[in-house]
Amino acid sequence: MMSVPPSWFMALGALLFAIGAAGVLIRRNVIVMLMAIELMLNAVNLTFIALSRSLGSIDGQVIVLFVITVAAAEAATGLAIIIAAFRNRETVNADELNLMRW
Amino acid sequence: MMTAPFPALGLILLLPALGVAFNIFLGPRLGRRAVNFAGPAAIFIAFGVGCWAFATLLAMPPGSALTVTLWPWIEAGSFHVDFALRMDALSAVMTLVVSGVGALIHVYSAGYMAHDEDYARYFAYMNLFTLSMLILVLADNLLLMFVGWEGVGLCSYLLIAFWYTNPEFAYNGRKAFVVNRIGDAGFILGILTLVYVLGAHGAWTLAFTDMRAHRDILAEVWAPFGVPVATVAGLLLFLGATGKSAQIPLYVWLPDAMVGPTPVSALIHAATMVTAGVYMVVRLNFLFILSPTAMELIATVAGVTSFFAATIAIVQPDIKRVLAYSTISQIGYMFLGAGVGAFASGIFHVMTHAFFKALLFLCAGSVIHALDGEQDMNRMGGLWRKLPITYATMLIATLAISAIPGFSGYFSKDLILESAFNSGHFKLWLLGVITADLTSFYMFRLIFMTFHGSSRVDPHRAEHLHESPPVMTIPLFILAVLSIVGGWVNLPKGLLWGDAFVRFLAPVTGTYHPMIEVSGAAISLIALASTLLGILFAWLLYIRQPELPGRISDALAALYRTLLHKYYIDELYNLVVSRPLFWIAGPVLARRVDKGGIDGVVDGSALTVENSGEAVRRVETGNVQHYVLVYLFGVIAIAAYYVYLVIR
Repeated sequence: MMSVPPSWFMALGALLFAIGAAGVLIRRNVIVMLMAIELMLNAVNLTFIALSRSLGSIDGQVIVLFVITVAAAEAATGLAIIIAAFRNRETVNADELNLMRW
Repeated sequence: MMTAPFPALGLILLLPALGVAFNIFLGPRLGRRAVNFAGPAAIFIAFGVGCWAFATLLAMPPGSALTVTLWPWIEAGSFHVDFALRMDALSAVMTLVVSGVGALIHVYSAGYMAHDEDYARYFAYMNLFTLSMLILVLADNLLLMFVGWEGVGLCSYLLIAFWYTNPEFAYNGRKAFVVNRIGDAGFILGILTLVYVLGAHGAWTLAFTDMRAHRDILAEVWAPFGVPVATVAGLLLFLGATGKSAQIPLYVWLPDAMVGPTPVSALIHAATMVTAGVYMVVRLNFLFILSPTAMELIATVAGVTSFFAATIAIVQPDIKRVLAYSTISQIGYMFLGAGVGAFASGIFHVMTHAFFKALLFLCAGSVIHALDGEQDMNRMGGLWRKLPITYATMLIATLAISAIPGFSGYFSKDLILESAFNSGHFKLWLLGVITADLTSFYMFRLIFMTFHGSSRVDPHRAEHLHESPPVMTIPLFILAVLSIVGGWVNLPKGLLWGDAFVRFLAPVTGTYHPMIEVSGAAISLIALASTLLGILFAWLLYIRQPELPGRISDALAALYRTLLHKYYIDELYNLVVSRPLFWIAGPVLARRVDKGGIDGVVDGSALTVENSGEAVRRVETGNVQHYVLVYLFGVIAIAAYYVYLVIR
């Protein structure tokens, strides 16, 4: 069986990360920004898994488990904050949630 | 020389200290009767202890001293000063005068302040003053003496400005304080000079006995100045004395100090505090005697001051101001005695002056009290019928200050003039004789204007004109007796017990060696003639021809005005010293340096921070995506750096 070379995984991971970063920077909807962050996290996960496999080390897979845990927590708290903000401001537009400024 | 420990000396200080505490903390609560009792009682008991110590001292051989070290005070390496008291002949005399006259004046105050609401504060200050003065005279070292010196200065300020709600009184209090500070600066520099020079030779002490033992060091020429150490230290210390004892050039505060309650003027500004400078010079006689320059200066300043102040006194209309200038003049006599080397005669005059000048002030106070605050002699006259006791006692004091034979002032003033003549200071002696003439003139002018002639009293005041109560007149009686007999302790040589007082002081003050021997009787007769001439003039001008003084002052208007305005010295000092200082303090230091310079730097740096913060805070947009972008750039930069490290 022909195995996929690690560089392909790395390229895919980098591409996904770039898409996620672009999403965070460009989109104004906070929920979409949160989804883009998930995408970035999973891009990193993919890279870890690929390198773990090609290097024959279990370390990368362990870290991925942690990342998944943190991502779940982040999604929960992030959505809670967004709901709270929406109740107060009736918007989820990042441009309008700018109270913390000069 | 024998010294014996005598712990009870501490009591002499403790009792007034307890009086202060009592009057401050309990006085206002326990009321007037308690304060009127406790204030004088503290001083009376201290006087009793002083008498006990004095009796003990008299029983010991001449030159003995009683000492007590209460506690070690300053220990800095080899430098060592104790809180120690020492009563030798000199401090014994001063202690008795201070506590004795002080006690009488405390009693008198109970009557004088009978209508004042602030009696507790008054007696607290008076006790504090007595405490400070006793520290000053009992101190066994220069530093402790300085504590007392400053203490009496503080009390002087507090009591001059006792009625502080009057802005003029408060101003005069500050004036006294500031002028005294100038003198005290000299005193401190004098102490530092002594510490420095004695310390360089390993004598780390300021005790009088130790300093006396090291006087060979003080006699040496001090290289930086090219004069003996004693001259430098002596001149600086004498500057302090001119401040405290109101001599030229720092006498200006004393006449203005007369706004305080009259018993205060009697105790502080006549009998005790203002003689502190004389006491200090006599106490350090071993130092001053090493410096002919300093001695010459003291004698000259003293002689000139004594004459100068007397000329002002002859035209002043305010009864207390006449006495104030008279005090300055008499202290001049004391310094003259010390300056010509007859230290004991200076102290003798301190003592007799304390009696008769305290009496004069208390009598003046009695007159002022009777006239409900009137001090202008132009609105007195003919009072002797209404105030017979005051009149009689004041006449005795006047005879004493005029040096009429038999009265105390005669013996002391004569001794000083004789010493001045016999030490070859003929000019100063002549000045002293003329001053004696002026003295009797202005004193009898005061008596005649106040008690004789027709009454010029305000009719409203004349109605309730009354002699003072016994609490005020009894001290007058006692002081009147002392004004007569006080001088008998030192008679001319060869008469009865002779110069007992001078011999008693001799172990401390040294013996006066006249350069020439002229019969004391001849000198005395000249001074007496001068005095009688003064009385005659006063009688002519103020009894015989009452319209003459006005004609004379009209004829010599310029001179009269100059004297009335005290030679315009206050105006001169204002122009030369105060105005420039206020200018430096106000427009220059306050506005330019402080507001402009220091505030400029402080405000400027604050403003710079504020402005830069204002500029930079725009970075904080509050938009989360901006922060993410910056964060991303940061990550990329760090990543790029590591990539660079690898591919390098």
